[in-house]
Amino acid sequence: MSNTITFSIDGKEIECKAGRTILDAAEENGIYIPRLCHRKGVSPHGSCRVCTVIANGKPMAACTTPVTPGMVVENDAEEVTAMRKAIIEMLFVEGNHFCMFCEKSGNCELQALAYRFGIAAPRYPYLFPHREIDFGHPDVFIDHNRCILCARCIRTSREIDGKEVLGFVERGPRKKVAANAEHGLRETEIAVGDEAMAACPVGALMPKHVGYQVPIGKREFDHEPIGSDIEKEAKASTK
Amino acid sequence: MAQSIEKLNRIAIEPVTRVEGHGKVTLLLDDRNHVRQARFHIVEFRGFERFIQGRPYWEVPVIVQRLCGICPVSHHLAAAKAMDGIVGVDQLTPTAEKMRRLMHYGQILQSHALHFFHLCSPDILFGFDADPQIRNVIGVAAKHKDLAVQGVMLRKYGQEVIKRTAGKKIHGTGAIPGGINKNLSITERDELLKDLAQMKEWGLGALKLAKDYTVEHLDWLADFGSFPSNHLSIVREDGAMDLYHGRLRAIDAEGNKIFDQVAVPRYIDYIAEEVRPWSYMKFPFIKSLGAEKGWYRVGPLARVNTADFIDTPLAEEARREFMAVTDGKPNNITMAYHWARMIELVHCIEKIDELLHDGDLQGEDLVLKGERRPEAVAIVEAPRGTLFHHYKVDENDQVVMANLIVSTTSNNEPMNQAVRKVADQYLDGHQITEGLLNHIEVAIRAYDPCLSCATHALGRMPLLVQLFDSRGNLLDRKTR
Ligand code: FES
Repeated sequence: MSNTITFSIDGKEIECKAGRTILDAAEENGIYIPRLCHRKGVSPHGSCRVCTVIANGKPMAACTTPVTPGMVVENDAEEVTAMRKAIIEMLFVEGNHFCMFCEKSGNCELQALAYRFGIAAPRYPYLFPHREIDFGHPDVFIDHNRCILCARCIRTSREIDGKEVLGFVERGPRKKVAANAEHGLRETEIAVGDEAMAACPVGALMPKHVGYQVPIGKREFDHEPIGSDIEKEAKASTK
Repeated sequence: MAQSIEKLNRIAIEPVTRVEGHGKVTLLLDDRNHVRQARFHIVEFRGFERFIQGRPYWEVPVIVQRLCGICPVSHHLAAAKAMDGIVGVDQLTPTAEKMRRLMHYGQILQSHALHFFHLCSPDILFGFDADPQIRNVIGVAAKHKDLAVQGVMLRKYGQEVIKRTAGKKIHGTGAIPGGINKNLSITERDELLKDLAQMKEWGLGALKLAKDYTVEHLDWLADFGSFPSNHLSIVREDGAMDLYHGRLRAIDAEGNKIFDQVAVPRYIDYIAEEVRPWSYMKFPFIKSLGAEKGWYRVGPLARVNTADFIDTPLAEEARREFMAVTDGKPNNITMAYHWARMIELVHCIEKIDELLHDGDLQGEDLVLKGERRPEAVAIVEAPRGTLFHHYKVDENDQVVMANLIVSTTSNNEPMNQAVRKVADQYLDGHQITEGLLNHIEVAIRAYDPCLSCATHALGRMPLLVQLFDSRGNLLDRKTR
């Protein structure tokens, strides 16, 4: 029995190894599926739903759904784009995201997705929640205002750094990432060199003292939309 | 001081057009219908000092740019300079210091160009009494097309300088605690050098226009909204004009030094701020003279008055001509602000020229680090005058105290004085004529007030609203 399977994305026939998720299979074939909570190298979480595609007629999270033979996936479809935009806009209004002076600006995946989708302003009212900032650690801080609860830091810290320093507390609108210690980050073993630090897609878990050191024009998403690297690789390999 | 408010009639004029933000003028008359007091009100405010509280110190230079829509770079640099102190850096690398200076001169150039060509030139080209329908930048564009174009291009040039130093034309990120985040590439340098000669020519043209206008109308302007006052700015150690860095100097109307070479962190021993219930703005004054007599002017006029010399040849020549008009004494003529502003515009172009030919701008040493400190003060000379930024930062790196004194705040009392003077001259009976409106507007505009940034004392003072009828009876009174 062959361990490759065939399926389609937006009508394009694609082959991939069995057991791949839709997101991974697409990426291997140069198709970018937008994502936020997904991060290469750590276990998928399936919580943000930005990667939603229509698989065999149903909306599914591409980062957690394995490909099945003959599966028909719609990625670049109006309906899918509308869902993704709505999700991104909800993320914006649900926290306090002030891109105009945020030190993550230009390197932020949430902001980059908004640009990629041409979102100028969210259609929903801002909630302006009151959120705390944990500034107690000498080198690292968490600004909960910008946290989107993707759990990338929690998973990366556990799975890559091998530390038990972060986790979720509370539920519903009060849910947040918290240090696994009574008095916050300063009592944990988190370090500025941890992979978890690089895992945050927004400006929530951040190193101290170094904000804005990368000039405008040299930041990750200053010149090309998020996902361009994946799409470019595909073009290069088909040449 | 004016007599008790109940005895004064009150006429309100609003808004003053062509001022950034919004303002309101209240004239308080006495029984004989003389203007006893003028108040230039601020109706817009942003509660900024409170907004910064709790934010990490490295964020402040970027956040504070939101304070002012027209001089964001000045706030950016003042905050960055203060944060240099917070990270324990007293002397930046040559590349960092010169990049910041370049940014600063670009900002003053664009701000002064905007003010002179778009806001002031209609007044001097068409006369104060001209129909406001013509006396505006559209009118200038129609009748003096070349001048309007020069204004646009000079401003654009300043913005290009800002873009190449701060990363963006507005709300860039260039200056960071301890240094700068980029140098100037050879390509960027050459792009800026290309148009420089043209800018210098136009700058000198504007200077000549401002000078000729002032000299020609000197007799009349000398009295228009003018009054003797103290003047304050920073100056270099050798007494030269320095818009980016220096020590405090204050002189009186005669040119006598009130204090000199005061180290910036000691400003608090020399300057105090008075809060008045009718305004969101604070009223700074020189402590040794007291609130009544200690108010002072800042901005181009004050700076040309306080400086012993300017270290660029064309601007220095212009300064000498300027000072000759008042026999070397400080110039106290409100409308001379425009001439002084154009001297500075030329100075900025000369400085940009100097810097673009300095190889340090291509250096790679951008940021320094030192021992963290809990408190720092910094001053720059913003387009409108001396700008103070004072911060305390706790051991968690969060700002716990911010105090800003912006230039329009320092010019608050001078503007009231100018308005009172003009109003008393032009008020006829109980009628606010078009002419009066125009003249008040012209006097205020000389100070180039930038109102949105000048009011940042949210939560500090009560708000008092009082309404009087023409006989001075109190009709309504609200406090908050
Ligand atoms: S990326 Fe798939 S649910 Fe977040």
